Amino acid sequence: MSTTEQTRGPDWSAVEQSADFAVLRRRLRGFVFPMTAAFLVWYLLYVLLSDYAHGFMSTKVFGNINIGLIFGLLQFVSTFVITWLYVRYANRKLDPIADKIRAEIEGGAK
Amino acid sequence: MINLAQSSGAEANPVLNISIFAVFVAVTLYIVFRASRTSKTAVDYYAAGHSFTGAQNGIAISGDYLSAASFLGIAGAIAVFGYDGFLFSIGFLVAWLIALLLVAELLRNTGRYTLGDVLSFRMRQRPMRAAASVSTLAVSFFYLLAQMAGAGGLVALLLDVTGKGAQALVIAVVGIIMITYVVIGGMRGTTWVQIIKATLLITGALVMTVWVLGKFGLNLSSLLGDAVTQAKSPVLDPGLQYGATGTSKLDFVSLSIALVLGTAGLPHILMRFYTVPSAKEARRSVVWAIALIGIFYLFTLVLGYGAGALVGKSVINAAPGGQNSAAPLLAYELGGTVLLGLISAVAFATILAVVAGLTITASASFAHDIYANVIKKGEVDDKAQEVRVARITAFVIGALAIGGGILALGQNIAFLVALAFAVAASANLPTIVYSLFWKRFNTSGALWSMYGGLIICIGLIIFSPAVSGKSTSMLKNADFDFFPLANPGIVSIPAAFLLGWLGTVLSKERNDAKYAEMEVRALTGAHAEKAVVH
Repeated sequence: MSTTEQTRGPDWSAVEQSADFAVLRRRLRGFVFPMTAAFLVWYLLYVLLSDYAHGFMSTKVFGNINIGLIFGLLQFVSTFVITWLYVRYANRKLDPIADKIRAEIEGGAK
Repeated sequence: MINLAQSSGAEANPVLNISIFAVFVAVTLYIVFRASRTSKTAVDYYAAGHSFTGAQNGIAISGDYLSAASFLGIAGAIAVFGYDGFLFSIGFLVAWLIALLLVAELLRNTGRYTLGDVLSFRMRQRPMRAAASVSTLAVSFFYLLAQMAGAGGLVALLLDVTGKGAQALVIAVVGIIMITYVVIGGMRGTTWVQIIKATLLITGALVMTVWVLGKFGLNLSSLLGDAVTQAKSPVLDPGLQYGATGTSKLDFVSLSIALVLGTAGLPHILMRFYTVPSAKEARRSVVWAIALIGIFYLFTLVLGYGAGALVGKSVINAAPGGQNSAAPLLAYELGGTVLLGLISAVAFATILAVVAGLTITASASFAHDIYANVIKKGEVDDKAQEVRVARITAFVIGALAIGGGILALGQNIAFLVALAFAVAASANLPTIVYSLFWKRFNTSGALWSMYGGLIICIGLIIFSPAVSGKSTSMLKNADFDFFPLANPGIVSIPAAFLLGWLGTVLSKERNDAKYAEMEVRALTGAHAEKAVVH
């Protein structure tokens, strides 16, 4: 198969069980799983408030700007902030170790 | 023109509109022809040689994603329903975090051209690829319907073509131009069309946003105040569209879930990650896409309320094209026939580009997954033959899109796109997530989840009020809407996750070695497909 033709070389299972890879996996999952749960909860909270708490969301804060609009705009802010946090985390904590493992695999298999 | 003048006070100038649009088509076709010179091989046709940069691809993704639904549909929904329209854009944006955190990079590292590559990585090839292709075709078809319906509505407004026959003719012209892009330019040509279109669309929306805010002394609060006065209803408060009954509230929850989980399952978006050389560039693409898409949705908030305040709800509803004409009518209100022509040409270009993106995805999926790997069992030596099949498929899909578009005329396109999101979230997302993160997951689970999700989702749509039983349904005179929600996401998505788990544990198949390979390659990028140098 096209996706597997190059794969006879490295011992994937050995790499998967290596200490470096365990660190990489733990770092990736340790960031993306909680973060996904967090933004989904925050989004659902917003959806449920918009849907079932009309009075609260319609409360005017200043001028014609109400809580609903502010909460909506905060969804934009949180999306931008999470994106920024992930990129920073990936650059610092994921890429160096992923690059190291990849170099070992591609260097040793050819 | 008489109808338009009566209903909206706008005077469309068909000659001007067609000229502006013709210039766009001419420029993009020239670029597509140029791009075709370096597009010789399968990797060029499917993935543009993996050679675009993250920034270019990010702009192209926003081009693919900011469809007519985003521009015309959301602006129209905000103009008419106020806050509830805004909720669409939030779901569409937040959804990108799933693509960023869970899908984009891992997908880029483990596949080559299509969703089928990734899903079949550690499964039995033929059934998995067939399933991936079926769901790709289904999602793309729903999405195409929405775009084509938008094209029809826009034409109705611009050229005052109200006859079904004439609208159908214009939809056919759109279809033919799009087939040309795809067949000649492949992914490279299509990507450039997306980049040009995204630039035009975002610039156009920016200009209109600044213009609208300028009219209100850069004071958002006074714009919102005028929107309320003009609409004579609380458009700033949630609930106008979905707040009426318990059922409509639940429908809204269902819609929101489909929106947030749908994006990372859209095949034409996923396929874009293969146009870049590495996972890191895929990440960069998503960051660009999130920034551009987020800013664009902030513009549509202003444009929607601006249309509500300056044009008015009753005028918009009465115009040919209905809600979908809010943004063009606002353009006319601001800058007369010239701005109307420009914005309409941009909207038209948007439809054209998105339709081209969908067509190439569907054609690639058929040629690469079904033809090369299912029918020919992965033994196609002649890659040129595979690409030829992809091009023929593009013709067929173009024809289907033309036919479907004519049927879907007059529906709100944001709503139709939401259905495509529901199908994507039900049929694709559970399998993608399980495939990338769950060791025990196997072919049986994947097939149960994909086909189960697809069948439940489409089945519920068919028996929903979206299709029959209401004055707004596609089939107004029939009545078989026993499922009360217009959007099936709240049922079909959990069902697909559940079926994926159940199918997996009921089957003995497991392949730990293959999962080890997939996981290592996904996380490190080892042996990932590299860029092609010409």
